[in-house]
Amino acid sequence: MEKVTQLDQSHVDELYAEASYWHVNTGDEVIHAKRMQGRFRRIKWYTATVWLIYFFGPYLRWGDRQAVLFDIPNRKFHIFDITIMPQDVWLLAMILLFFAIMLAAVTSIAGRVFCGYFCFQTIWTDIFTFIEEKLEGPPAKRHKLDKAPWTWDKIKIKAIKHALWLLIGVITGIAFTTWFTDAYQIWAEYFTLQASLIAWTSVLMFTLGTYILAGFMREQTCFWLCPYARIQGVMYDIQTILPTYDINRGEPRGRLVKGNTVEGNGDCISCNQCVAVCPTGIDIRHGQQEGCITCGLCLDACDSVMDKIGKPRGLIRYSSHEELEGKKPQPLYKRPRVIIYFSIMLIAASGLLYGLTNLGTFDLKVIHERQPLFVRLSDGSIQNKYILKILNKTDKDMHISIDVDGPDNLTTQGVKEKTLLPSGKLSSFIVFVRIPKNNLDSDRTPLYFTIHSYESFDDNINYQSMFYAPRI
Amino acid sequence: MSDEKNPFPGENNTGHVWDDSLRELLNEPPTWWRIGFHASWIFVVIYCILYPAWPLLTTSTKGVLGWTSLDEYRQDLKAIEEVRGPYETKLKGMPAAAVLADEELSNYVVRSAKVLFGDNCSACHGAGGQGNVGFPVLADDDWLYGGTIDDIEMSINMGRKGMMPAQSAIVNSAEADKLANAILTGQIASEPLFMEKGCVGCHGVDGKGMAALGSANLIDGIWRFVAEDQLYSIKHTIMHGVNDPSDPKTRNAEMPTFGGTKLSETDIRKLAVYVHKLGGGQ
Repeated sequence: MEKVTQLDQSHVDELYAEASYWHVNTGDEVIHAKRMQGRFRRIKWYTATVWLIYFFGPYLRWGDRQAVLFDIPNRKFHIFDITIMPQDVWLLAMILLFFAIMLAAVTSIAGRVFCGYFCFQTIWTDIFTFIEEKLEGPPAKRHKLDKAPWTWDKIKIKAIKHALWLLIGVITGIAFTTWFTDAYQIWAEYFTLQASLIAWTSVLMFTLGTYILAGFMREQTCFWLCPYARIQGVMYDIQTILPTYDINRGEPRGRLVKGNTVEGNGDCISCNQCVAVCPTGIDIRHGQQEGCITCGLCLDACDSVMDKIGKPRGLIRYSSHEELEGKKPQPLYKRPRVIIYFSIMLIAASGLLYGLTNLGTFDLKVIHERQPLFVRLSDGSIQNKYILKILNKTDKDMHISIDVDGPDNLTTQGVKEKTLLPSGKLSSFIVFVRIPKNNLDSDRTPLYFTIHSYESFDDNINYQSMFYAPRI
Repeated sequence: MSDEKNPFPGENNTGHVWDDSLRELLNEPPTWWRIGFHASWIFVVIYCILYPAWPLLTTSTKGVLGWTSLDEYRQDLKAIEEVRGPYETKLKGMPAAAVLADEELSNYVVRSAKVLFGDNCSACHGAGGQGNVGFPVLADDDWLYGGTIDDIEMSINMGRKGMMPAQSAIVNSAEADKLANAILTGQIASEPLFMEKGCVGCHGVDGKGMAALGSANLIDGIWRFVAEDQLYSIKHTIMHGVNDPSDPKTRNAEMPTFGGTKLSETDIRKLAVYVHKLGGGQ
């Protein structure tokens, strides 16, 4: 009954040859990467310092408030001199667009730079393994300790390690909350146990998240959890520079014999250092693959080995597929994707700049009453009702006058000469406009509302509405 | 099933085989699934302890937190009433005119009495006071019984039922046509029939009506009984009157009483301010 079509075995071998080395770590082995000094290691430390802003940024003051504060309960985002209210939230869309396209642009030029040098997952994992190495020693010792029976010494080391990890988690969580509530105030609240439930929950979630993601999941997060890892992977093209093993120079690889390369062999001496240092545990010599976060640590490892055996550096180097094939790399400004990405970034940045410089003092909306659209009055004139909603976006109380411009002999009701607009509040006014019927030559006449500020003369704001009358 | 009868022995299957080779294995479910399963039932147990959960015959288990949706609603209501409270106390016993003069208080009334207006007034007068066929516009400045705040409060409190006698006995059709035409064109004061037939007694020599009687202003072009054919409508009103019990074709126009048991004094006062502020208060 069994019907198996016999295929030519050699074809099948060919089919699987490419995947024969394929080894995927689904979390059953713990990767203890070796730490090595080098150029990219140093760059990694520098780029990691960007995250110091995350920890210390909120303590910067601006006048009598925090310089950058995302005040969600009051719906106000303070960024230095600027206060952004929900009306201006389109700016957020511009920021997101800018950074999304920046990710695409950078990825198309130099691969997963974000993953390798800036991502919190990479950096927190790096810090966690740094602590691990200080306490437990180099990778070989760590593997041994993991397998060793539970002795008092092992418990002591592990306990300190996990305590430090949790501490980093707690600090990370607290740092997160300081962006949303005054930093000094929330620290006081934590110490007096007065913080809100949301604050405590955030700290707890961040502590657990940091502890689990950086302590245990590590490269598994990049493999299976992170969508950006996959998205960025498809943004490469043959012109993208990536950590690449120069297969032409390295192969056929072979170990040193009596301290010398064997005649006919390539430069790769199978020392496996590139694999030992890889934080995601891949072998870069198999080419670009999903596990590679382009952190450049294998470049450092290989370069140091090449130095030792007296060969030129760069057996593993940042190189594009095109370059490896011997083609001359195209300059950036000739690459359509780069041009398109940068154009979109420019548009987003211009939008952002325009938005930030034109935030304005007021926001005015005029709502025309629809029930009734108009009213006939005893003296033959027509009356329309408008609801004006004026938002004072500044942090000062302002005084305004409301002007209505339209046909001749227009009179208004409900408009005071000097009206107070409390700071940061939306005030609404009902304005009645009367126009004699003879002065109207259409059933719809444009009407212009202007808000004049007493405090600053540049901050006038206009709104065009409509005056409705019976059909003539 | 014993292993001898099992066609795939030693495989950790249930022993059930379909279509010769299809069988169910006894593998452990994946870890993530088991974590989810246990987390779910633990959640249910904790939830049932904390919150009302199991229905009993007449009631349900209460839960140790003592939470109920009704309590939560009451709490929210209390929070709203705390905001309204100061205004409401201020409103009690304050004359409507004083409420109108107080800007903050009248703003509060305009916002909060919208519901009251919607519940009690808008069925006839429209959601924005725009009126309806047979029901007067409240947003204009033409008032049968006066447009001051006190007049409006009185109209809501006591109701209004005006009366215009049917004129068919003393006005013939041709005369009614003449009168209706003069009213429609706003020339009623110069129409001799207006004086002759005694219309001036209620509508005044100038035809502007009298608020004390509730007689209509005949020259402002605003019609109490709006119709497609306004001329015909005016003639009908002249011939058959308003609320005249002797004429079966008379017009019905009655504003019910809202005082007494229907609405509280404060509610009526709020509505008076609200209506006054619709656009035509005097």
